[in-house]
Amino acid sequence: MAEPILRLLNLTKRFGGLAVTDDVSLDVMPGEIHAVIGPNGAGKTTLIHEVSGVIAPDSGRILFAGRDVTHLSMPRRARLGLARSFQITSVVPAFTALENAALAVQARSGSSFRFFRPAASEAALNGPAMTALAAVGLDGRAHVPAGAMSHGEKRQLELAIALATEPRLLLLDEPLAGAGPEETERLIGILRGLKARYTIVLVEHDMQAVFALADRISVLVYGRVVATGAPDAIRASAEVRAAYLGEDDVPLAEAAAPC
Amino acid sequence: MRALRAEAPALVLLGLLAVLPFLGLGEGWALTLLARAMILAMAAVALSLLVGGAGLVSLGHAAMMGFGAYAVVILDDARIVEAWIVLPAAIAAAALFALLTGAVAIRTSGVHFIMITLAFGQMAFFTATSLAGYGGDDGYTMYSRTEVFGTRLLEDRLAFHYVCLGALAATWILCRAVLASRFGRVLRAAKGNPMRAQAVGFDPYPYRLVAYVIAGAIGGAAGFLFANATEFVAPAYLSWQRSGELLFMVILGGLAGLHGAILGALAFVLIEEWLSHVWEHWRILFGAGLVLLVLFAPQGLSGLPGQLARGLRRPARPKVAEAGHG
Repeated sequence: MAEPILRLLNLTKRFGGLAVTDDVSLDVMPGEIHAVIGPNGAGKTTLIHEVSGVIAPDSGRILFAGRDVTHLSMPRRARLGLARSFQITSVVPAFTALENAALAVQARSGSSFRFFRPAASEAALNGPAMTALAAVGLDGRAHVPAGAMSHGEKRQLELAIALATEPRLLLLDEPLAGAGPEETERLIGILRGLKARYTIVLVEHDMQAVFALADRISVLVYGRVVATGAPDAIRASAEVRAAYLGEDDVPLAEAAAPC
Repeated sequence: MRALRAEAPALVLLGLLAVLPFLGLGEGWALTLLARAMILAMAAVALSLLVGGAGLVSLGHAAMMGFGAYAVVILDDARIVEAWIVLPAAIAAAALFALLTGAVAIRTSGVHFIMITLAFGQMAFFTATSLAGYGGDDGYTMYSRTEVFGTRLLEDRLAFHYVCLGALAATWILCRAVLASRFGRVLRAAKGNPMRAQAVGFDPYPYRLVAYVIAGAIGGAAGFLFANATEFVAPAYLSWQRSGELLFMVILGGLAGLHGAILGALAFVLIEEWLSHVWEHWRILFGAGLVLLVLFAPQGLSGLPGQLARGLRRPARPKVAEAGHG
């Protein structure tokens, strides 16, 4: 069996007396889409923050591609191939879509302590940036300022930025959050297109999307992983239904319907 | 074509400064005033690189000019007056000060950054007042202007005018190139969305620090020219009021491009001069005018034509977010 690309070992994070991440251990295998689901406040975003380096866990270890990254900064982890998107869209509003993606290309290709040559005309940056934009269907909007884009387009752009870093692992924090029905469909299509080529950790509330995309699902409740398994096993698990408390028949039953 | 149009305001301003001596402003006092304005514009452009480009609002930029000016004085006292020694020394002194203080200041952000740059500026100010060998509080009058290859080039008012203009143009070209480069892109990204910059792999700190040192070095060069323009250096050159004035020039001119700082500095110096002849208590008018401008022209003087054009075309149109230096 292949080595996991990401291993979380006994990760714990407390805010005051509240264990937001409670002894979480998780393996992400190369090539899989590993979804993390759970009710609001289960600690999903905190977990993503810990893996990407925004916040430091109190204890436990994070191994990425066999390397202990627990104490590395977010930029260092990004340069090792850990790319992420944010629950609340995070792009550089004053930059065009192309420049947003080119910034990400720049992070992995050569020194950025270059002071005289205009970056906007560097083909070595713009080429891969356009490829990333094309992968999410934004190549026609390359020269639009990100701040002037629609919400759905910004979500696509954020994916393109993550792709432009040539990541070994994509951490996607609710990529569908706030998107309308049409935008959601388009975004699911884009994510499905990435499936074969990227390893993805997907935090998402949209259960239809999760069950359509995920190879494996981990269920997080009050900071604990209560179950990890294939979508069918998760859907059938009584423990998972119980964990969702009153919500049990809402998201999972919906997802159980053929789609 | 589009690129050229973006550069037009700066080119017009620099062109105007080049021909002003031949448009009846060749008098001694006018050239003195213009030189002062151009030197301050140089420092303001560097400050604009920090404020508009990197989001670093420094209230200690006068200290950079002060280090440059005091380097001239200290070498003058030692009878070292050759520009090719004095100028690099002035630049190096200011850059070193920027490096040491920036290394600490850039660990903070927002209001804390403003306060810490102010604190470092005041430290430099009080150090200058204690330099008894160089006039202390009273300042130091230079024996003569700095020589260029042994010639008294800088003594000639018209030549000095063009030296200042050349320095201002070079500063603008340099800062523009820096902002458009890979380095500048990281700087602008870290200003627009620091979390995004980090998430793709950039730690903003070294980029901001280098920008701070670049701005400091330019401030040092401006200080070198300022000392030569007045042939006199005093601690007041490092005062926080001067830092505030520089910051005001940048905001007055507008942050949408580096030319705003040139426009702001010219307007500031010329209006100041004109008002002070009109009324003894001119500062009241000056202050009121600045407040009104900030209230009604938030994009500064350089944004005024666009603002007026939009206002005429469609009065009730919602504001479009400006793209900053991007």
